[in-house]
Amino acid sequence: MVGKSDGGIAGRMPKFIRRADPAVLTAFACIVLLLFLGSLYSRSFLSPEYLLQQLKVASFLGVIATGMMLVVLLGQIDLSVPWSVAAGAMMACAAAAYGPVGVALAIPFGIFCGVLIGVVNGIGVAYLRIPSMIITLATNAVAQGLMVVYTGGFSPQDSATRAMRYLATGFTIPGVPNAVIIWAVIGAAMVFVLTRTGFGRTVYGIGNRERAAYLSGIDTRRVVMIAFAVSGGLSAFGGVLLAGYASKAAQSMGDAYLLPSIAAVVLGGTSILGGRGSYLGTVAGVILITLLQSILSVMQMPEAGRQIIYGVVIVAMLLLYGRAPASR
Amino acid sequence: MKDWRYWLAEQRGTLLALGIFIVMFVIYTSNHPAGFTANVVQTAANKGVLLAFVAMAQTLVVITAGIDLSVGMIFLLTNCLASWLVVGTPMQTTLGVIAVLAVGLLCGAINGAIVIYGRLQPIVATIATGAIYYGIGLLLRPFPGGSVNEDLADALTGRVFDVVPASLVVLLAIVLVIWVPFSRSVLGRAAYAAGSSETAAYMSGVPIRRGKFAAYTLAGLLAAIGGLFLTFFTYTGDAAYASGNAYTLFSIAAVVLGGVSLFGGKGSAIGAIFGALAFRTIGDLLFVFDFDPLWQPLFQGVILLIAVSLGAFALFRVRNRLEWFL
Repeated sequence: MVGKSDGGIAGRMPKFIRRADPAVLTAFACIVLLLFLGSLYSRSFLSPEYLLQQLKVASFLGVIATGMMLVVLLGQIDLSVPWSVAAGAMMACAAAAYGPVGVALAIPFGIFCGVLIGVVNGIGVAYLRIPSMIITLATNAVAQGLMVVYTGGFSPQDSATRAMRYLATGFTIPGVPNAVIIWAVIGAAMVFVLTRTGFGRTVYGIGNRERAAYLSGIDTRRVVMIAFAVSGGLSAFGGVLLAGYASKAAQSMGDAYLLPSIAAVVLGGTSILGGRGSYLGTVAGVILITLLQSILSVMQMPEAGRQIIYGVVIVAMLLLYGRAPASR
Repeated sequence: MKDWRYWLAEQRGTLLALGIFIVMFVIYTSNHPAGFTANVVQTAANKGVLLAFVAMAQTLVVITAGIDLSVGMIFLLTNCLASWLVVGTPMQTTLGVIAVLAVGLLCGAINGAIVIYGRLQPIVATIATGAIYYGIGLLLRPFPGGSVNEDLADALTGRVFDVVPASLVVLLAIVLVIWVPFSRSVLGRAAYAAGSSETAAYMSGVPIRRGKFAAYTLAGLLAAIGGLFLTFFTYTGDAAYASGNAYTLFSIAAVVLGGVSLFGGKGSAIGAIFGALAFRTIGDLLFVFDFDPLWQPLFQGVILLIAVSLGAFALFRVRNRLEWFL
């Protein structure tokens, strides 16, 4: 609609603003607003140390939200995040109990368990055509049951390996936490896959209309299954990092990541119906949510208030720019 | 075809759920150390009706092709609220009960308004409102506690004429007062029509918005009745995140077992009630067979997984491959 000859306001704006997604712009505007509000509350809010610390905390959510975004782009949802995160963390810590080999394999094993959960989700959604929110809720329950049996039946070695701690809290490049580097690498890979590969185009195609993608000769079911497997693996990797950060795994450590990971994706302008969204938006969503959480904890808001504000903010922002078209 | 065969085809899911429940309950009572006594039935009924109410709530929303992931949290919130309000003189207790039910109705109405008039996806909207309801519940009861009018609680959780569990009588009354009129009204039909094909219903001038709104609102009310009963059983209010989540999860399992289609437009709350009772009985089977209670979450999760996978049988009826990709 906005051509070069268009003399309207939009026509005179710089090109990068015209091309940007309004949702992503809104999300970044909200980040600036939150930083401003935070700096009113406390001077140290804008210090580099604090911001870097926030980025580090954000990277755990960032890794998990990357997988969620892939699934949401397909028009599906992954509600098995809580126990994929917990299973990844617990299984990685558990592997560490089996001698030097276990320590070496701890991280891959944790991720592998997440991939396994994701594959079950993928088979259910892609081949059995079960609605994703239902099958992922069910696998979440099964993963929870397995973990309860595991932690109750055996005595778990519940400390993270040195490698996990190093990944989550160490510094390879001075000043930049490793977790942030990991998020950057995973994010870059995701951007590459989504924009430069056939797989990425297929993901967008399926999200827009799976029938059309199928009719153009794409094995849509395999793509859906791979996406769920990746989502499970990334959730578990997020759990591994979290376990490294806290140096141990805990029962309900994943619960706090379900709503934020969905919210980050949706607030970043990815359509929950699939087929539309950019990774930049998800990055904005992740930072936005981390800042919101951080401000609430700096203000020493109790858990109850946090949950309420959190839900209200997400509903409000979705009403602002996440609405579905009216039925016609 | 005769009329009764149409009726049978329509009620197949409900009857199947009833069948599963009867089989499970027979296995349960025949292995129970106390056997089939009024006491065992009463305990089982009291546990079962909690899930039955939440499952009924979920059914109403699922019929419209939506999903309500906040039912468990409305259930928790009203439990916490009831532990403050449903106390004192009969007059105060009555007002308290009305207030609790009104709050449930309001929670449902908020969900409905956001989903229908705000045009947000039910999953995301109800996860977010669920967080809000849980937060308010936690505000009311940071620690488990409170009390309830024990006379009323004992009356509703005891036995009528020393035989029939009172909670089952209440469940029947709620079905007659809420479900039967709703499913036969224009609004109820509109809810079914919206779940079956929203576009077609919209074009035929069916009041789909009002129908869906009524479904979400009544779902809040039913979840609140469940919350009220939880208070009657435990005498306390407790904002336990895991328990709210579990009820949301189990309500979906009950709905599926009860033959309600998750794609909307098909099924009945009666089926969901039997689904709920059956799910509870299956979960309790572990205890009568002397298994370690640790295995219960896994067992329930696997039942849930199997129950939702049963929907895949519909694939065998698909003639054209394209129907997989609607």
